[in-house]
Amino acid sequence: MNFKEIRATFFIALWFVILTFPIMVIKVNTVDNTIVWRWHNMLTIGLGTFFGGILWRFALHRRRAPGKRPATVMTAEQQEQQQETMDTGHPLIDRLKAIPAMIAQPKIKRSLFIALGVFILIYPFAFSLYQTNIMITALIYVMLALGLNIVIGLGGLLHLGYIAFFAVGAYTYGILNRFFGLGFWAALPLGAVLAVVAGVLLAMPVLRLRGDYLAIVTLGFAEIVRIVINNTAGLTGGPQGIGSIPRPGFFGLEMNLQAATTYTYFILVAVVLLTIFVVWRFENSRLGRALVAMGEDDIAAEAMGIDLTRTKVIAFALGSLWAGLGGVIFASRTTFINPASFTVWQSVIVLSCVVLGGMGSIVGSIVGAMGLILIPEYLRAFSEYRMLMFGAILIIMMVFRPDGLIRKKRKAYTFPVETEEGSQ
Amino acid sequence: MSTILNVSSMSMDFGGLRAVNRVNIAMQKNEIIALIGPNGAGKTTFFNCVTGVYTPTEGEIHITPPGGSDISIKGLKPNKITEKGLARTFQNIRLFGNMTVLENVMIGRHTRLKAGVLGAIFRDSHTREEEERVIFESYEILKRMGLARYVNNLARNLPYGAQRRLEIARALATNPFLLLLDEPAAGMNPQETKELEHLILQIRDTEDVSIFLIEHDMSLVMSLSERIYVMDYGKLIAMGSPQEVKNDPEVIKAYLGEEASA
Repeated sequence: MNFKEIRATFFIALWFVILTFPIMVIKVNTVDNTIVWRWHNMLTIGLGTFFGGILWRFALHRRRAPGKRPATVMTAEQQEQQQETMDTGHPLIDRLKAIPAMIAQPKIKRSLFIALGVFILIYPFAFSLYQTNIMITALIYVMLALGLNIVIGLGGLLHLGYIAFFAVGAYTYGILNRFFGLGFWAALPLGAVLAVVAGVLLAMPVLRLRGDYLAIVTLGFAEIVRIVINNTAGLTGGPQGIGSIPRPGFFGLEMNLQAATTYTYFILVAVVLLTIFVVWRFENSRLGRALVAMGEDDIAAEAMGIDLTRTKVIAFALGSLWAGLGGVIFASRTTFINPASFTVWQSVIVLSCVVLGGMGSIVGSIVGAMGLILIPEYLRAFSEYRMLMFGAILIIMMVFRPDGLIRKKRKAYTFPVETEEGSQ
Repeated sequence: MSTILNVSSMSMDFGGLRAVNRVNIAMQKNEIIALIGPNGAGKTTFFNCVTGVYTPTEGEIHITPPGGSDISIKGLKPNKITEKGLARTFQNIRLFGNMTVLENVMIGRHTRLKAGVLGAIFRDSHTREEEERVIFESYEILKRMGLARYVNNLARNLPYGAQRRLEIARALATNPFLLLLDEPAAGMNPQETKELEHLILQIRDTEDVSIFLIEHDMSLVMSLSERIYVMDYGKLIAMGSPQEVKNDPEVIKAYLGEEASA
């Protein structure tokens, strides 16, 4: 770090002090009509910004320092090895970097899976109702993130209106129950089907769009869905929403709140497992690869014989499916839905889950969704600063881990080792 | 010998600009022909018209796949044209950088496979067999192209020359009868160009494909091509054997200007 940077940090701190001066230093005491000058606040902000800034620059330097990017080309394995063995000079970070290799060992992997399975099974019994409810919310977002991951992570289609399909699922159940008394299990597949239909309907007009234009149209679509729900009060209850939606039934058994929540939790676990299974199978299939290729370079993909129209429609349909399922479960869990649950903000949260977790990675989407939903819950202790800290975490993540927490690894195939033939 | 590609008086306009002007090109089976011309002559636009990226404003494009009958491909989408047996590479490498080398080639086989969404999820025996077959076939192509050692590497991590070859391998995976190479030697050193020359000849002989290339490297063009078309300002100005083209006054004028031809 040189003098120039310290000077820059100093000026940033100074600017911040001036910026916050009116709100942090001046306070009008309305009782005695006097002005209170809180100079100590100015000092705190100045010093805090200055040292915070120094710390930030220092961290950035640390990040760049080991990145003596090799000029020669390395194979993927070498690069990964280098990244993993990179000496960061910090024992904790080094130990953290050793974790993936450790987990990869089959024995440890299996016991970890068993431990995870047991944890998932006993979770609703070991923790309070409140904890189970939080976990249900997190699991719904895991589903949404996995679904959106198909569209964004694999297909590279920037979709900002994903929550609309979630709304379609939720309102399918809500409306069908309100007017026809349809139960949860009948609504579940219907919600999924309608979400898929909505997905295909959206895919049609956006086939020719990509990048920013696609993002805007999908954003608009989500708003259309929300506003339609808001204004068709006869059908959807408008802003008042639909209330007293029944929880999932179990052969007509009466359940108290605790039991019903536990039951919902297990339904959700099963559906999430199904989602993971399907996405995992899909991404390494012919169509999954075509989707990834389209995301990488659509012109080359089309030249290689991939039908972009078909592939995009499949991506939207398969992506929306999970949002529809999630929507039905969401409606049954909260027993009340209104348009406020389906704003653009929710779309952004799901998008953040995918991006933070690691685009295209299943584990990444799960970790991202869990983190993004659970962290704000556990930050409730710092209630006022909750969103501030949340924002800070997002920024730090994007600066230091732009690829997301879990980087997507392509499937490797094994072949009999042969001696390299000529031609080079 | 039979005609496999027949382009007749094809033109391509961009607004008021005529990028390709009434071009006639015919190509025989197992030929290697080249299209050359100064920068901006319209060569890549010509390729883009043939491969369906653009729909030509005028004219006709017909192909005759081996054992098939004459079909018009004008106005078809690029993926349909690839399905009919035309494959191409790009002037600026367009690999799927974050996919492995093997996956890049597997993408090439996309049109020759059938598996759908349900097959992917339930992985029935038919899908499994197909998947195993495509992995095997793709690996075989990589071996023939000398890329087997990179199988599981990400395409973007490959050396430049290998990336060029991978583009050709990916195009070959689509099972074409006509391969269109857009400046395959661009950015290569003389050694790599020499290897590329062998590779192209080998592909023509062993894979039974005809090759149409656009190239600026004259040594490669002169030693490889059986016939050369020369294009300038969207028009064909000469056609013939390498020797004929080399001595054509029109061609010299296009490349070197008025003075030199005088």
